[in-house]
Amino acid sequence: MLDVKGIHTYYGLSHILFDVSLTVSKGEVVGLLGRNGAGKSTTMRSIMGLTPPKEGSISFNGDNITGQKPYLLFRKGIGYVPDDRRVFADLSVDDNLEIVHNRKTDWNKERVYELFPALSEIKTRRAGNLSGGEQQMLTIARALMGSPELLLLDEPTEGLAPLIVRDLEEQILKLKDAGISILLSEQNVRSALKMISRAYVIDNGSIRFAGTVSELEANDEVKKKYLMV
Amino acid sequence: MDILYAIIPPRVLSQILVGLSRTTILFIVSSGLSLILGVLRIPNIAHGSLYMIGAFMAYSLSIFFGGGDLGFWMALIGAPLGVAIVSLVAERGLFQYLYEREHLMLLLLTFAFSLVFGDLVKIVWGTEYKSVPVPQMFQGFVNLFGGLPFPLYNLFLLIVGPIVAVALWFIVNKTKIGKIARAAAVDREMVGAVGINVSWVFAIVFVIGCLLAGLGGVLVAPTVSVTLGMDHTLIMEAFLIVIMGGLGNIWGALLGALIFGLAQSLGILIWSQFGIIFPYAAVIIVLLFRPTGLLRATW
Repeated sequence: MLDVKGIHTYYGLSHILFDVSLTVSKGEVVGLLGRNGAGKSTTMRSIMGLTPPKEGSISFNGDNITGQKPYLLFRKGIGYVPDDRRVFADLSVDDNLEIVHNRKTDWNKERVYELFPALSEIKTRRAGNLSGGEQQMLTIARALMGSPELLLLDEPTEGLAPLIVRDLEEQILKLKDAGISILLSEQNVRSALKMISRAYVIDNGSIRFAGTVSELEANDEVKKKYLMV
Repeated sequence: MDILYAIIPPRVLSQILVGLSRTTILFIVSSGLSLILGVLRIPNIAHGSLYMIGAFMAYSLSIFFGGGDLGFWMALIGAPLGVAIVSLVAERGLFQYLYEREHLMLLLLTFAFSLVFGDLVKIVWGTEYKSVPVPQMFQGFVNLFGGLPFPLYNLFLLIVGPIVAVALWFIVNKTKIGKIARAAAVDREMVGAVGINVSWVFAIVFVIGCLLAGLGGVLVAPTVSVTLGMDHTLIMEAFLIVIMGGLGNIWGALLGALIFGLAQSLGILIWSQFGIIFPYAAVIIVLLFRPTGLLRATW
């Protein structure tokens, strides 16, 4: 479904990603693991077209999407949940969902509120006044409003209390059950391993390991060197 | 009424109304400027030119439709639309490529635009003063406050002001495009990442803002002589109002326009030869205490 081939991404003159390749198949939850500053977010931004790669190619459902505008990628079925949350702070929770472009009706407000009942109780609150966990739910809910086939989840559990992390893990597994493919970036390896079936380990902008969860668990060298577990 | 007059003399009351009708024009123009500043982050110096073009278009349309009441109403509808078309062309043709540039660059660009627009007006309408007649139905005076005459047209302005404010409130808070614009004012990248073509949202917001400049130009036309250079005074006032109210905040523009308009009209009562300094003094005082403006700026 998603096929990233040898991308190189720059911020201005600084070279951030070196020859990153990865794939996500239909219905799969794939982890992109690595430390802070390893290149996880840049990989996500490259796929979403926010920081397009200078070299390499990205294809989605067989279409070459390299360099396409983010709003078109969203309309093709890629949802993006940034690591720094970025809710539309000035709007109410309900309006945050309402302004999203509806490409299909698989997901609507009712279904999203059903998945996140906590959000339906605070519909009219200003998004900027929500707690970190609520904002995180809202950004996922917002991405779902576009009925995505692929969801890019950038460190969804970062900075959240353990109890909330557990809720969120459950909800992400529900999304998997609903047939949405997910590329999940995480520093929190223990949490990620509960949700993913395959993993890529990234460090200094390069992929250092690719394999199944059991292969990763067996590989102490990779775990120690890049993931500090 | 007598009790009211004992507290506030009729002369002052009548002058307050004069100030409020001036406020209407200032608010309509500055709210457009503030909208563009808040959402698109363009300090649009050419905003004053669009106000001037609105006034000149009002002149032409009013002549075309015979100069009477019909002429006025056609101008009121047609001139803002004309200005909207001019601004749409400018936005699609040029501005849309420049949103990521730094503000100084945009300031210079829009300043250049104001010069170009000024010359275009000179080419199309010439250099003579134009006057737009006050429509028949708003000619004359009403006697308010102990028999002091008050121009009917100003009363009309006092009705238009709140209508525009409510319409603007509705667009910004209740329509989808308004909500998207508010989101884009803070985080345009993320708005793109939820499937919205931000480029067109910006075009629409730009056109709405410029339409307000045009509307201000039409409304002011019957009360002043329409002339080259009318853009310069106004753009300065509009920027001061927007800065005083809080950059990008439409209600700040309303508040700023109120302060500016009232300081102007009441200043004349206090010290008539130097009445003009009062609004500027008000700006200085406001900024001394609230350097970022009275209401929350979106910058």
